[in-house]
Amino acid sequence: MNERIIGKIKRVNGPVLIVKGIQDARMMELVHIGEQRLVGEVVKLHDGEATVQVYEDATGLRPDDNVYGSGMSLSVEVGPGLIGQIYDGIQRPLEELMGLSGAFIARGLSFDAISHIKQWEFTPVIKKGASVSRGMILGTVQETNQIEHRIMVPLTIEEGIVTEIVKKGSYTVVEPIAKITLPGGRIVDVPMVQRWPIRVPRPTKERLSLDRPLITGLRVIDTLFPLAKGGTVAIPGGFGTGKTMTQHSIAQWCDADIIVYIGCGERGNEMTDVLREFPQLIDPRTGNSLMDRTILIANTSNMPVSAREASIYTGIALAEYYRDQGYHVAIMADSTSRWAEALRELSGRMEEMPAEEGFPAYLPTRIAQFYERAGYMKTLSDREGSVSIIGAVSPPGGDFSEPVTQHTRRFVRCFWGLDRGLASSRHYPAISWLDSYSEYLDDVRHWWSEHSEDSWYRNRQKIMDLLQREVRLQQIVKLVGPDALPDTQNFILEVCSLFKTAFLQQNAFDEVDRYCPVAKQVKMLGVILAYYEKGSEAINGGVPMVKLRRLRAVQDMARMRFTIKADELHQIDRIQLRMERAIDELGGIYEH
Amino acid sequence: MNINISQSNLLSGREYRGAARIDGPLVTMRNTHNVGYGELVELSTGDGKIRLGQVLDTSDEIVVVQVFEGTDGLSMPGTGMRFLGEPLTLAVSEQMLGRVMNGLGKSRDGSATPRGYAERDVNGEPINPTAREYPRDFIQTGISVIDGLTTLIQGQKLPIFSGSGLSHNQLAAQIARQAKVRGSGGDFATIFVAMGVKYDVAKYFIDSFEESGVLDNVALFLSLADDPSIERIITPKTALTLAEHLAFDKGKHVLVIMTDMTNYCESLREIGTLRGEIPSRKGYPGYLYSNLAEIYERSGKIIGRSGSITQLPILSMPNDDISHPVPDLTGYITEGQIVFERGMHARGLYPPINPLPSLSRLMKDGIGEGMTREDHPHLANQLFASYSHVKDVQNLASVIGEEELTALDQQYLEFGTFFENRFINQGYDEDRSIEETLDLGWEALSKLPSEELQRVTDEEIAQYYRG
Repeated sequence: MNERIIGKIKRVNGPVLIVKGIQDARMMELVHIGEQRLVGEVVKLHDGEATVQVYEDATGLRPDDNVYGSGMSLSVEVGPGLIGQIYDGIQRPLEELMGLSGAFIARGLSFDAISHIKQWEFTPVIKKGASVSRGMILGTVQETNQIEHRIMVPLTIEEGIVTEIVKKGSYTVVEPIAKITLPGGRIVDVPMVQRWPIRVPRPTKERLSLDRPLITGLRVIDTLFPLAKGGTVAIPGGFGTGKTMTQHSIAQWCDADIIVYIGCGERGNEMTDVLREFPQLIDPRTGNSLMDRTILIANTSNMPVSAREASIYTGIALAEYYRDQGYHVAIMADSTSRWAEALRELSGRMEEMPAEEGFPAYLPTRIAQFYERAGYMKTLSDREGSVSIIGAVSPPGGDFSEPVTQHTRRFVRCFWGLDRGLASSRHYPAISWLDSYSEYLDDVRHWWSEHSEDSWYRNRQKIMDLLQREVRLQQIVKLVGPDALPDTQNFILEVCSLFKTAFLQQNAFDEVDRYCPVAKQVKMLGVILAYYEKGSEAINGGVPMVKLRRLRAVQDMARMRFTIKADELHQIDRIQLRMERAIDELGGIYEH
Repeated sequence: MNINISQSNLLSGREYRGAARIDGPLVTMRNTHNVGYGELVELSTGDGKIRLGQVLDTSDEIVVVQVFEGTDGLSMPGTGMRFLGEPLTLAVSEQMLGRVMNGLGKSRDGSATPRGYAERDVNGEPINPTAREYPRDFIQTGISVIDGLTTLIQGQKLPIFSGSGLSHNQLAAQIARQAKVRGSGGDFATIFVAMGVKYDVAKYFIDSFEESGVLDNVALFLSLADDPSIERIITPKTALTLAEHLAFDKGKHVLVIMTDMTNYCESLREIGTLRGEIPSRKGYPGYLYSNLAEIYERSGKIIGRSGSITQLPILSMPNDDISHPVPDLTGYITEGQIVFERGMHARGLYPPINPLPSLSRLMKDGIGEGMTREDHPHLANQLFASYSHVKDVQNLASVIGEEELTALDQQYLEFGTFFENRFINQGYDEDRSIEETLDLGWEALSKLPSEELQRVTDEEIAQYYRG
């Protein structure tokens, strides 16, 4: 390690240090502190002093301890071997740390993020003598059953000529697999492992429009409030409303190629849950284990607060790396509020002037910078890849008017608001159909038209209208009771109630219901609306509403989310037929 | 390179006299050697007594120390300080079971402080998430609303959100008496942590432990209302250090009852304010979340070790406000919550737990076939859904009157009454088995027509429904 003493500690105040005697330290430089070599980062330089935030517990650090500069920024190590790993906020592999310090994480540990010993089968795709530029693909490695890892020309090399490339064979990530001669004549060895500073977005060729939805298999999301690939969404909700459950479901079933799951300041047991559960779950599209596409970053609530601040960037840097290989990556950030609070805590320790509720004035800028790293991109190697960000927000007291929720709302285009009332009555996912919205409706309309025989946009609008009318009718019912409404209006309440139990609710533990394919969503919505139309007609013709709700076909509709498997969708058509026939019969009986 | 290290080590233990400033529990000292952050400090007061403190802020000019036993009676020239060169530790030992100690682990019952065999840093270290074992062993508390609807799991942290004057102490004591993991022997221990509560509250617990004959298996850490408030901020850490030893070194299943977390948070706020820190909500420091997490996350199970730590923190919600920072941040860290409702208490229900806002996050993996009974998950789901509808009906009835309700809604009211009075309500000594609890749940559901039960299967209805 290129190590030099950049200064000595002057003051220790929790995770924030003042270092004196600074001459050549750089902003955002990675430093090691004291004889234990705790990891830290320079965040401020002033009058021969530096402010350093420590990524580990600062106990025992004293004035005059040495601070060592590493000469580089806080970076991630990228290369084959990332998938399936679980890292802390500064990309230390937790499995390996367990080998070093047992069940509890000691301080001052360090370990390579990806194995430097393991051999990978590398297949070159470029020939000697080819001229290359940054981000172009040199060769591939089969990283997991599902993921072909594409080794790229490092982004630090603008252009050059490949003067040597290894043959197909087994190599470790640190062995050079190519030599590239730069225009100036300098020759650079290129190994598979590369580094990238976490706070700097990786460059791409251009941004493309977001016209493909990220399918999650959750009906309320896909049908009512869709997220586009490369899009951003916030999930705010008080504790116990199901943010983590929703994130888990999306991480399990969404149609991204790679999932980066960031547990930022959350519970240890939740990460353990993911860690134990994902390897056993099978991806319905590929038949591989879900762990074959997942990277976990766990900086739990009791781990050091500065590393929590870094964890979000570590996650997105890894996501961008896979995007540049031409993959669709989805990031779950649970929870961005903890990250914002880490910013607040560090800002307070640095004695900065606070803005709202003690948060620093640069909070909105940081939130914007983070969400702006999402997008659907044309990569430097002319592939298409995307990073979608799904950020949970934990508003204090469940109050959406607090700064983190409010600022996040300004920078995301989709909003899935979780509702405590729904959660209390165990309506999951507790995504409120009144507070939520998606600005991607028109972007993904074309895709949905192709997948729903043109019905999606129209049917979605119909059901949203009904739900709005239901709210007004409910207000009346609350005052005068349901008997005061005519059957035509009571029927709207009835259909909405059916829609909620049969469509909006989804059971994450049911084998069939937990993932609902697009085709099934389309049919389910279709049959419920058909019931509304057919039923309204019948009621106008004199059929009492009570008769309708007792129909066997209607009872079957209430359970179709559990009973009808993805390959038996014709059953839904059959329910619709039976329902229509039964209503016709009733109409016959009540005809004057 | 190592000069200043060894110099500091040589100098640790040296006594400095004369404080530069004393403010509340904080003492500032100038012209010391280079003192480490978080070091343990011994203060001498001139009358020969020693108080303990910890370094909160250190620089080459001044050192700020928080004194756990308060600063009453200290004078600026008379204060002596020795920096011990290491953080606050607790000498842990099984001998602490059956003993009463203060927040620092010193004897409070008159006999000598228990001799420990190993010194442990009371701040602990975070458990590596990969080393955790996911908790899934059901604890039967014998209390229907908990076992049935917010099931407690071994290794869980499940707080009781209560208010002043409600029966949280009775409930915590009842859980401590009745809790068992069925079909496993296991070695159990209880740690009771009192922070700023009145002596009679502590007495109530001691008597309750004594009556049930388990006092020898309980370690009590008491920092009562008349003890220095600063001592409270170290008390749970000391207690959990012992809990970790008992659970992960000695293989015991440890239940940690902590009351009252709100007092703990107020002590933190006191220190924060004195230090002139920038406050966040309601004057609480911005690091309250991280600080609480350092306590709550010290529960769980570890792969390859037989013991577990289950936490049952009690906190009073100021003004019964669940959005107050203390319950709010707690709810974000803990694996669920048990919420008390004053109205239910007023109606004479015990325990006055409102199941709707209550939640056990670990329940999903600890109930069902092979663990409790195969119908448990659906039954619980159905009870939640139906009881939630009861609340809507009650609201409607208060506007239009019960007579105006539909026949179905009247049945819901009947279900609600049975559910509250028979299922939720039970005696202080009533210990119901999980089967009794579940059967009672079905008895309640049988007050409703079977078409209304959408969350249970037809088979379950055939087997258990008695409508």
